[in-house]
Amino acid sequence: MTTTAIRPKPTPTTAARATELRERPSFLSTGILILGALYCLFPVLWVLAAASKSGTELFSTFTLAPSTHLWDNIVELTAYRDGLFWRWMLNTALYAGVGAVVSTWMSALSGYVLAKFDFPGKAGIFKVLLMGVLVPGVILAIPQYLMLAQAGLTNTYWSVLLPQIISPYGIYLARIYAAASVPGDVIEAARTEGAREMYIFNRIAMPMMLPGLVTIFLFQFVAIWNNFMLPYIMLGDDHLFPITVGLNGLLNQGASAPALYTLVLAGALLSIVPLVIMFLLLQRYWRVDLAAGAVKA
Amino acid sequence: MRKSFRAGAVAMLAAAAMLTAGCSGGAGTGSAAESAASDPNQKVELTYWAWAPNLDKVVDLWNQKNPNIHVTVNKQDGGDPAVTKLLTAVKAGSGAPDLIQAEYQKIPTLVAADALADLSKTSANDTKSHFPDGVWNSVTLGGEALYSVPQDTGPMVFYYRADVFDKLGLSVPKTWDEYAETAKAVHATDPEAYLGTFSSNDAGWFTGMAQQAGASWWGIDGDAWSVKVDEDPTQKVAGYWGGLVQDGVIDNKPMYTPEWNTALNTGKQVGWLSAAWGPGVLAGNAGATAGQWKAAPMPQWDAANPATGNWGGSSTAVTSQSKNVDAAAKFATWLNTDAEAVKALVTETGIYPADSAGAESALTTAPEFFSNQPDFYKVVGEAAQNVGSFTYGPNVNVTFNAYNDQFAKAAQSKQKSAFLDAVKSMQQVTVDDLKKTGFTVK
Repeated sequence: MTTTAIRPKPTPTTAARATELRERPSFLSTGILILGALYCLFPVLWVLAAASKSGTELFSTFTLAPSTHLWDNIVELTAYRDGLFWRWMLNTALYAGVGAVVSTWMSALSGYVLAKFDFPGKAGIFKVLLMGVLVPGVILAIPQYLMLAQAGLTNTYWSVLLPQIISPYGIYLARIYAAASVPGDVIEAARTEGAREMYIFNRIAMPMMLPGLVTIFLFQFVAIWNNFMLPYIMLGDDHLFPITVGLNGLLNQGASAPALYTLVLAGALLSIVPLVIMFLLLQRYWRVDLAAGAVKA
Repeated sequence: MRKSFRAGAVAMLAAAAMLTAGCSGGAGTGSAAESAASDPNQKVELTYWAWAPNLDKVVDLWNQKNPNIHVTVNKQDGGDPAVTKLLTAVKAGSGAPDLIQAEYQKIPTLVAADALADLSKTSANDTKSHFPDGVWNSVTLGGEALYSVPQDTGPMVFYYRADVFDKLGLSVPKTWDEYAETAKAVHATDPEAYLGTFSSNDAGWFTGMAQQAGASWWGIDGDAWSVKVDEDPTQKVAGYWGGLVQDGVIDNKPMYTPEWNTALNTGKQVGWLSAAWGPGVLAGNAGATAGQWKAAPMPQWDAANPATGNWGGSSTAVTSQSKNVDAAAKFATWLNTDAEAVKALVTETGIYPADSAGAESALTTAPEFFSNQPDFYKVVGEAAQNVGSFTYGPNVNVTFNAYNDQFAKAAQSKQKSAFLDAVKSMQQVTVDDLKKTGFTVK
């Protein structure tokens, strides 16, 4: 009797223990995560502290001790060559914003076509695309320079925008999202109703792929925002520079002029603010999407 | 970090230049020849790649007075990136500016790549009398052609912390022997303090020191180049510094690092062997020490025959892709020899002008950072008279890279013999590269 009474017990107990195990924070993994977070946040903290120092404090006070000159540095940076810094910020916003939107749309269209249409050579195109994912963009910067030089487009906004519009990785992701989230029946139904192909893509398929497209948009936006080599090679006029190339120029003034450390630090700090805001605003889409991908793809 | 990153970027561009060499084929340059005698009333737009700070303000003066020749300055990231970019654009067949700020050591490289227009038929050829012979020689390469108009030079002088010298009761070293003694004395009072550092990052600095000792690393005889790095003057300089580093009385860390900046601020670096443009760097990196430094002539090898080297300095060249060579030459002449322009160059960009007469009239009061030394420009001006001539070759970048690689190891090892080996290795690398590129080497 007692044994039968006791017998069912172990099962709930193990289940309870399992739940308990799952919910109780593990010190080890939490510790590792905290270490990882510190590792990632330390450089940001460093920039924050350094950007608040005046030129003389920068090399004479304790590294992480903050000071009170952040606003002075920003004012000085704004005064540098009549606000050229803000022009760089706008340029970067243009390159990253327009580039990421157009690139996302192109990726969505290409991915959708690759996922939902059958045509000769599809497998070959997809293989070439996969190879493209493996080629780092930096390697392509020089051939792209030569091509654009022949077209006479170097040292223009186009020279930085055009090469970044096609993203093999973006197309690859879009293909996966399109395959997972756009049912073939829906497309068939729309066709039966007489909708034209571009209409189906823009009004029906795109909204269905939206969470995936946000991911592609964020990837592209961050990639263009941080890109250095392509604009560095393409551009000669510093009024077209994005923030990365501009700040590098402030550091490398040649041996006979001092590097403008305080301006660069204030500029580096300001340049990450839009990215932080962007991630805070879009991170929930990002999370939804990763979860969706885990189940569907 | 900054240096290695920059080196990486420059290497990348260099690769671009080499790649393009293979593919440019028929794109052809040589538009210099096409530059027709321009109608004086025709509007001309010129672009100018330069990195000197505030140069655009000087150019504004020109634009106000010359509405028909409008010059736009595109600020560059310094001498190396600008030149590599220009070489890439020349090979690609388009994208080069009309004018470029070119350092003297880059001119042979640019000429070898057909990147510069010959200015000997333009108004720029009449400026010879403005410049010291040694400087003029470096823009003509000793021939009939004129490749550039000299802008600024960097005669080397010795900067030291006058307050620290006073406190320690030291006198300013006049010879290199005295410099070594002073270095020992400074280091003896404080194991963290040094009279200077041996910088394995700054090939231009070491070149200036070798130049002072009488070196001239390249020579040209007809079509054949000779390389004279591993010879007595340079060996002497390398051995001297190797000895000081080996004894530990001179620091072995590169200049222009945050660590070095800190040492300038805290008084752990008591001296700096640098050039006429030094005040700007000191004011930017160690502003709090203003009024505590003084400039003195370089320590000498032979006190009876004072000499100094040149570190830095640049010129204004017209590129081979420019369609308006005459207008560009006219601007380059004005920028570097007109009294008002030279004065503006001094006040706006802080350079030391190559134009002898211009320098004398423009440099009357000492820079603010050296307000404690009213005769600052007298010291520098005398140094400028003692700069010997130095011939650069077409592969200076290779030699300078070899310097960075070899002397970084030598400085790390703190062995005098390693310094001498590094010179040997620079010679070898330079000769091998010249041969590989197809030059005749004697």
